[in-house]
Amino acid sequence: MKRYTLKTGALEVVMILVALLFAAPVYVLINTALNSGGVTASLAPVATPSFDNFATAWVSGGLGPAMINNIVITVVSVFLIVVISASAAYPLARITRRWSKLAFAFFLGGLLIPGLLALIPLYTTFRDLHLIGSIWGLVIIYVGAQMPFSIFLYTQFLRSLPLDFEEAATLDGGSPFRVFWQVVFPLMRPITGTVVILNTITVWNDFFTPLLYLSGSGTNTIPIAIYSFTGQYVNQWGTIFAALIIGVTPLLIFYFLLQRSIIKGFAGGLKG
Amino acid sequence: MTQRELADPRTGVPGRSTTPRARPAQTRRRRAGAGARAPWWFLLPALAVFTLIVVIPSWRGAFYALTNWDGLSPQFDFVGFDNFVRVFKDSAAGASILNTTLYAIGVMVVQNFIGLLLALGVNSAIRSRNWLRVLFFAPAVVTPLVVANLWQYILAPDGALNTALRAVGLDFLAQDWLGNAQLALPAIISVVVWQFAGYSMVIFLAGLQSIPEDVYEAASLDGAGSFKTFWNITRPLLAPSMTINLMLSLIGGLKLFDQVLIMTQGGPGSATESLSTIAYKDAFQFQLFGYSTALTLVLTAFVAVASLIQFTLLRRGEDK
Repeated sequence: MKRYTLKTGALEVVMILVALLFAAPVYVLINTALNSGGVTASLAPVATPSFDNFATAWVSGGLGPAMINNIVITVVSVFLIVVISASAAYPLARITRRWSKLAFAFFLGGLLIPGLLALIPLYTTFRDLHLIGSIWGLVIIYVGAQMPFSIFLYTQFLRSLPLDFEEAATLDGGSPFRVFWQVVFPLMRPITGTVVILNTITVWNDFFTPLLYLSGSGTNTIPIAIYSFTGQYVNQWGTIFAALIIGVTPLLIFYFLLQRSIIKGFAGGLKG
Repeated sequence: MTQRELADPRTGVPGRSTTPRARPAQTRRRRAGAGARAPWWFLLPALAVFTLIVVIPSWRGAFYALTNWDGLSPQFDFVGFDNFVRVFKDSAAGASILNTTLYAIGVMVVQNFIGLLLALGVNSAIRSRNWLRVLFFAPAVVTPLVVANLWQYILAPDGALNTALRAVGLDFLAQDWLGNAQLALPAIISVVVWQFAGYSMVIFLAGLQSIPEDVYEAASLDGAGSFKTFWNITRPLLAPSMTINLMLSLIGGLKLFDQVLIMTQGGPGSATESLSTIAYKDAFQFQLFGYSTALTLVLTAFVAVASLIQFTLLRRGEDK
């Protein structure tokens, strides 16, 4: 184990200073949001902090309904992404035939395709299916768009997972369906954690898809509500920042609750 | 598809394939392969949704690159490869290709340099290490839209940064950061680095933690200094993390979109325009859908070629 020396103490001081510098923008964010006086660009802590800006942002930004939409979209999308990509990874990792490798390459190719390309053709299809303005339309898009990345993570993980357990379960007479969901899937828990976290961040934060597919429908997600809000409250930074804070709080809570598994998940993804 | 994911595909950890240790496990799997019965039809739901939502629409979209479609009217003409010829003649497209390259290189180099230093810092025995790990990664979780709005305010002429500079007597350094054609692009790179340096840090940290402690003990018994230890032990063993980080940040830099659109809208002039932002503007503001699609395809080719070259070079570096 490493010892705590004088050098470590010096490093500690340097790292904390770096962290303060790093966090300075967050201080500006919170300090401005708590200032209802309308004085801009003051760096000194607000003398009389007030939550007026938060109340204004919550009510006139329509953040409540947007938050509910965001939660529903994110939860449903991430659930479907996990179920569909985990089961697809099973044959991709376990079957070593040529078609399986080709299918894997087919999915990976999706990582290179820019979203702009599919935008207009998909929009016209969705319009014909009356899925514009519907949060379920967004869910379908996220599930499709997130397949390559999630399948990639699952397949890589599964390839290094020993076969012993599934073979034992198969010998005991389990159907392939039960073997997968009751034996293999629980063993993939570390990578499921990573898949859940990374997809939650992507789906929750997505700005461009709802901008196009929800526009004019009166249905909003948090990033869209914030975007239209910043357009209305130009230069009223106190109110804008209050809206920004409200918008990122659920995700930050999610992150702080799961931060251990996030960092472990990364490590798990790297170790062979 | 989701533009956020594209503008910032750093959402992840391509993992095992880059570690040489993954290989013995694979050979073991092949030998035992006959025993596992994975049903092929497990693949079908994923295949269906991916094909319908990504592949077919992209294929249909790519076709418009050969037309002069405006994105709205029912009619359009087939123009062959005119749009592609135009991309290479168009000076605005040329400037945006140059900017895109600068974004990619700038983000890749600075983000990983800072990420590596942070990782080395929080991998030491300092007491605040767990707190700092959480703190440095936190911006990566936040919506890029929010980060862009916040920094737009901080970097404004009478924003927080200039106020701070004036407060400490550095008035001469105060600038219109986003309004200056020379500074706007580096300013955007800095914002991206601020947001994602912690992401690189976490990947490096995972690599650092997989290096066994006794390697360092042996090195210190042999009397190696800390720089020598880093260069001869840490650096080569960190190669897989380096490969992943460089690839993710390169792709992220090449596809940069949200941050540019919110902070500068590509301006001043076209100083910060990236391939994604001009493709977006051509499609939705100037009704040049066919041309925009050609630009998007150029970007795709750019990303594919750059990551392929990089991957090959890094793989070769890892094996040494």
